[in-house]
Amino acid sequence: MPNFETVEVQTDLLICGGGMAACGAAVEAAHWARKHGLKVTVVDKAAMDRSGAVAMGLSAINQYVGLKDGQNTMQDYVAYVRNDLMGITREDLVASIARHVDGTVHLFEKWGLPIWQDGEGGYVHEGRWQLMINGESYKVLVAETAKNALGIDNIYERVFITEPIMDGDKIAGAVGFSIRENKFYVFRAKAVMVAMGGAVHVFKPRSVGEGLGRSWYPPFNSGASTYFSLRAGCEMTCQEVRFIPVRFKDAYGPVGAWFLLFKSRATNALGENYMQTNAEELQKWGEYGKVKPVPANLRNWLMMLDVMDGKGPIYMQTAEAIKNISEATEDPKERKKKLKELEAEAWEDFLDMTISQALLWASTNTAPEEKPSEIAACEPYFIGSHSGASGAWVSGPADLQNDASKNDYFWGYANMATVPGIFCVGDASGASSHKFSSGSFTEGRIAAQAALKYVIEHPEEPQVDMAAVKAMEEKILAPLDLFEQHKNASTDPDINPNYLRPKMAMFRLQKIMDEYAGGVSTNFTTSKENLEKALELLAMLREDLEHLGAEDLHELLRCWENVHRTWQAEVHVRTMLYREETRWPGYYFRSDCPTMNEEEWKVFVNSRWNPGTGEWEMSKKPIHRIFE
Amino acid sequence: MPSFVNPEKCDGCKALDKTACQYICPNDLMTLDKETMKAFNLEPDMCWECYSCVKICPTQAIEVRGYADFCPMGATVSPMRSTDSIMWTVKFRNGMLKRFKFPIRTTPEGQADPAAGYTFDGDINDEILFNEPDCIGTDLFTLGG
Ligand SMILES: Cc1cc2nc3c(=O)[nH]c(=O)nc-3n(C[C@H](O)[C@H](O)[C@H](O)COP(=O)(O)OP(=O)(O)OC[C@H]3O[C@@H](n4cnc5c(N)ncnc54)[C@H](O)[C@@H]3O)c2cc1C
Ligand code: SF4
Ligand code: SF4
Repeated sequence: MPNFETVEVQTDLLICGGGMAACGAAVEAAHWARKHGLKVTVVDKAAMDRSGAVAMGLSAINQYVGLKDGQNTMQDYVAYVRNDLMGITREDLVASIARHVDGTVHLFEKWGLPIWQDGEGGYVHEGRWQLMINGESYKVLVAETAKNALGIDNIYERVFITEPIMDGDKIAGAVGFSIRENKFYVFRAKAVMVAMGGAVHVFKPRSVGEGLGRSWYPPFNSGASTYFSLRAGCEMTCQEVRFIPVRFKDAYGPVGAWFLLFKSRATNALGENYMQTNAEELQKWGEYGKVKPVPANLRNWLMMLDVMDGKGPIYMQTAEAIKNISEATEDPKERKKKLKELEAEAWEDFLDMTISQALLWASTNTAPEEKPSEIAACEPYFIGSHSGASGAWVSGPADLQNDASKNDYFWGYANMATVPGIFCVGDASGASSHKFSSGSFTEGRIAAQAALKYVIEHPEEPQVDMAAVKAMEEKILAPLDLFEQHKNASTDPDINPNYLRPKMAMFRLQKIMDEYAGGVSTNFTTSKENLEKALELLAMLREDLEHLGAEDLHELLRCWENVHRTWQAEVHVRTMLYREETRWPGYYFRSDCPTMNEEEWKVFVNSRWNPGTGEWEMSKKPIHRIFE
Repeated sequence: MPSFVNPEKCDGCKALDKTACQYICPNDLMTLDKETMKAFNLEPDMCWECYSCVKICPTQAIEVRGYADFCPMGATVSPMRSTDSIMWTVKFRNGMLKRFKFPIRTTPEGQADPAAGYTFDGDINDEILFNEPDCIGTDLFTLGG
């Protein structure tokens, strides 16, 4: 075995991840830890300044409720999320975030985030809940605040969290390895926060050459949250609710500003607005087909119907939108100024969060005022913070329950999973969609306070079985050994009968998911038979993952990322298989159960991998209406 | 190959204890070739084109060449990031140039203060978080109360 130094770290709260939710947790935890004499540690696989989904920056804050000025009510926000998710949402969790999120945004502004002002003391809104920002340095600022709050000595960067450590049924910490030097880390903690983002590259992306990495959500969100929670024995929820955004085609640039700020239309190649021509289809989707805004998956669906009918390409009518706005300004001088402003806003939208799209427009000589631009559905992602809902099943706060919900949704500490001491936030917590960057940060704050309260009430040191940890270390580092041992058995290190390199493991996973579990190549359609075939092939892939080979630490990172992705894939397939209906048609379509069934399936589907038996347990959980 | 390094400009960050591009890449792609002391992108097809390495390189040695499987050749998008703003130069395939400048922060670098000047005197057993309710600007919402 390669010579690795074992580094042991003892802490009270271990925050796994360094993204939006983790930074919120760090800032909040730092305050309570100082007050109560506790220790908090953050571990990120990358550098916090630019780690996670906000690495590039963002051009909007997508969750701001505006409670202080009475712009909206809590009921408004809950209703918006409930409808967008076709009725499947935890109202206590959505409200828990919504009631704190405005404070988070005000903090961001004080920390130095430029939020657009309307000249009358208010923020410029992109849409009802969205604020426009100059967000190139959004993540830099948030990470800086987290570091200032917690102190650099409590932060470990470039350490990849691989597995949970358990003390019986409760959490005792986590293990991981450095991707810079031969060090194996053992973190012992009384509470652990799971904030390692969502999962990308579980499904085959549309571009498979150089553009393989150009997913909408970042390729470095690789399923660690789901894997960690599952392996600890946490109950998961909504693992069927993937997210497929519609974005500018190929480079996946944002469309929100075009739809909301510039009031642009999207049409098929014939110039027809598919939201109007296919409006009748909405009738099939019950009360959710009648609400405004139309749920994201139904908007996708109406577009896909035209694509499947051969009426593509689909266009964002950018030139028309710019013309409409400029014509509304009479004075020619004002109009010129307005046009210049619009142009800068349109480009900033890309440059702040999807620079590739600016590059694609420049390489195709696309000036938005001159010609329309293609839009398309991306591939499926797992992102509980956005319009997907996959994540762990967590407790809500005590004071946002009614008599009926209390029994099902509350067990002591806000955001605690079903395993004592594990707290899940951001993309890692389920059934509380539409939190986005600001809400993920907020959820981190809520959970950090609750986690430290848990630590104070459960002060006993967790027992760590060092023999079991040693076995984990051997297993985690095994790909390095396997490669070293067998690399000379062939003249091509990629083609070797003794090991599988992680890139090919990823391609195999993507092919299975794409073809059988409703990926791009089947227009997101699947069925019982297809899902069962996927499970059969996933089982063999899981066996083969025991034979991953890694040349160096970078490749070892890739090995474990793909193990994590495979577990995300399996729980997704099992949950789609269990839910015998189609509820989110623009996200996936079950050809064998093509309609929505409110009577039997207006429930959460929860899933759990039993660490004792290795068996999967599926169950239904009731939906409680807390807000009218 | 999405991000790429100009060997004439890269000096391997010789003045620093670790290279800036390797430090920052969120996907662990930028790597230093110890023999040539030049950096390179280890897995270009895993690059998100996030430009973190481009923005941080002290010698402006890193550029991005659009993904060849869907970007026609010839265009460039290049940032110049300072402590309070960023300037972008967009060059089209047909040679057209556009420049944009946007603010990036309103506070001095390194100075973000977690307490942000709000008053706070909370208890861990309440649902009220650090800096609240001051930072919300209104009382914390609760059911029936
Ligand atoms: C292109 C794009 C546009 C978006 N637009 C908007 C927008 O306009 N407005 C908005 O509000 N939101 C937007 N979002 C959504 C927002 O970015 C997410 O909701 C938010 O970042 C989720 O926070 P998180 O902490 O769960 O995950 P992330 O912020 O992604 O953080 C995940 C963290 O986990 C770390 N990590 C992963 N695996 C491991 C491991 N094994 N060990 C240790 N660390 C690990 C990562 O390095 C990272 O630090 C957008 C996202 C994208 C990608
Ligand atoms: S940051 Fe720039 S100069 Fe430093 S190693 Fe990377 S490419 Fe070379
Ligand atoms: S552009 Fe981003 S993902 Fe690509 S190498 Fe640079 S830092 Fe890494």
